[in-house]
Amino acid sequence: MKPAPFDYYAPDSVEEAVALLERLEGEDVEAKILAGGQSLMPMLNLRVARPDALIDLRKLDTLKYIRDEGEVIAIGAMTSKSDAEDSGLLKQQQPLFQHASYLIGHRQIRNRGTVGGSFAHADPAAEYGAAAMALGIEMKIVGPDGERVVAAEDFYITFLTADIDSTEILTEVRVPKMAPGTGWSFQEMARRDGDLALAGAAVTLRLEGGNCSEVRVAVFGVNGSPARIAEAEQLLEGSSPADELFRQAGKAAAAAVDEPIADVHGSGDYRRQLISVLVARCLAEAVERAA
Amino acid sequence: MTTGQKISVTVNGVNYEREVEPRLSLGDFLRHDLQLGGTHLGCEHGVCGACSILIDGKSVRACLMLAIQADGLEITTIEGLRDPQGGHLHPIQQAFVEEHGLQCGFCTPGFIISTVELLAGNPSPSDEQIKDALGGNLCRCTGYETILRSVRLASARVQAGKAAAHNSA
Ligand SMILES: Cc1cc2nc3c(=O)[nH]c(=O)nc-3n(C[C@H](O)[C@H](O)[C@H](O)COP(=O)(O)OP(=O)(O)OC[C@H]3O[C@@H](n4cnc5c(N)ncnc54)[C@H](O)[C@@H]3O)c2cc1C
Ligand code: FES
Ligand code: FES
Repeated sequence: MKPAPFDYYAPDSVEEAVALLERLEGEDVEAKILAGGQSLMPMLNLRVARPDALIDLRKLDTLKYIRDEGEVIAIGAMTSKSDAEDSGLLKQQQPLFQHASYLIGHRQIRNRGTVGGSFAHADPAAEYGAAAMALGIEMKIVGPDGERVVAAEDFYITFLTADIDSTEILTEVRVPKMAPGTGWSFQEMARRDGDLALAGAAVTLRLEGGNCSEVRVAVFGVNGSPARIAEAEQLLEGSSPADELFRQAGKAAAAAVDEPIADVHGSGDYRRQLISVLVARCLAEAVERAA
Repeated sequence: MTTGQKISVTVNGVNYEREVEPRLSLGDFLRHDLQLGGTHLGCEHGVCGACSILIDGKSVRACLMLAIQADGLEITTIEGLRDPQGGHLHPIQQAFVEEHGLQCGFCTPGFIISTVELLAGNPSPSDEQIKDALGGNLCRCTGYETILRSVRLASARVQAGKAAAHNSA
């Protein structure tokens, strides 16, 4: 057997799960939540993670939904990524989030991996990080003191670390619908299809009287956390769209990246260069899609 | 709670009740506890796709699930695809045989399981769609071209089968 031994619990409700997390924390037992297992199981198999206890959320069907709540689409944390990918509601009213879901790993990974798990895991190369920044997604988190809602900007702290306490559970992500006429684009570069991205970008914008407005540029995969890039947004805001401007914005975004990751897959400079190109491509595609 | 816990799973239509240690992977459970060796384990961390099985018709990695998580679920493995009466290979298996979609065969169960899910949702996929659906399966032998051909043939057979059933109805 690959993983080190652990105690296993599969609570029937969020309340029960939170109570269990709190009890184990009190007993100094290191407990980890298990959702789709598509990140945690490899870590257990490689023994990179050796928790004393696993709290499996598989019985929490109450956290499996994609709901139209007017301005917002509410997605339960245990919803699979393939359900998000296949959702007609998302395709029509939040195509950027739907496309980001599709870009994650392979179908087999998306069939098991959950939406909540990706947010909670906070891998810097996770597509949902860029979506969260570009779209202003909010996270609903439940703990011993009740529920709180965290904005994307405050949620991501650093590599594999989100603002979720060890006694808390992410229960829902709240994705604002895309206003009609909004142009969007999501681009990434990975060594192979389905691999975690080396770098990527997401853009939304509108055209008012021929000029760009409400421009949002987010990047991911390059350093510890996904981020919006104000320098690139400001260059576009109020300007008439043009390829030269997109290139400048790409360069500005690349320059704004702090401490890019450098590893066996690519140097820091290479990742910066990717950001420059991908942001420019995103802007061009988003303008094309804007009505 | 690290000791055995009782689970009840249905694999290829047969119900099994077993005691499992929580850390036992579903892949190891199928291979060692149920003696169903058709599900292959390559990387055991989600990368190669050799361990793909179907749960409620959806392809998943057996190495990234615990056996205990399969409690109450319906699983199909490569052994379950053959038709139980005549013993004929599944049309997708037959197409892999005819188009030489395998050499050593290690990756084959995974490719076939992924193809089952693909063709169930999209009986006549384009080459792009085939490559996309099989992107999570690695093969070290074939160079993929014969796998692509096998899936095309399987798709054509499924279509022809449907047309024949329609005409005779
Ligand atoms: C081959 C492969 C390719 C992949 N490619 C990509 C990719 O391209 N892009 C990408 O984004 N991801 C990729 N992934 C990761 C995949 O998306 C995971 O599904 C995801 O990162 C974690 O979701 P999960 O439901 O599987 O969570 P798990 O693996 O079960 O958990 C991950 C972590 O989050 C915590 N957690 C989970 N749910 C909650 C919750 N509700 N509240 C609080 N904490 C929670 C767990 O305790 C754990 O620490 C890939 C994985 C594999 C194996
Ligand atoms: S053995 Fe499961 S993906 Fe490789
Ligand atoms: S046939 Fe040998 S790995 Fe695919």
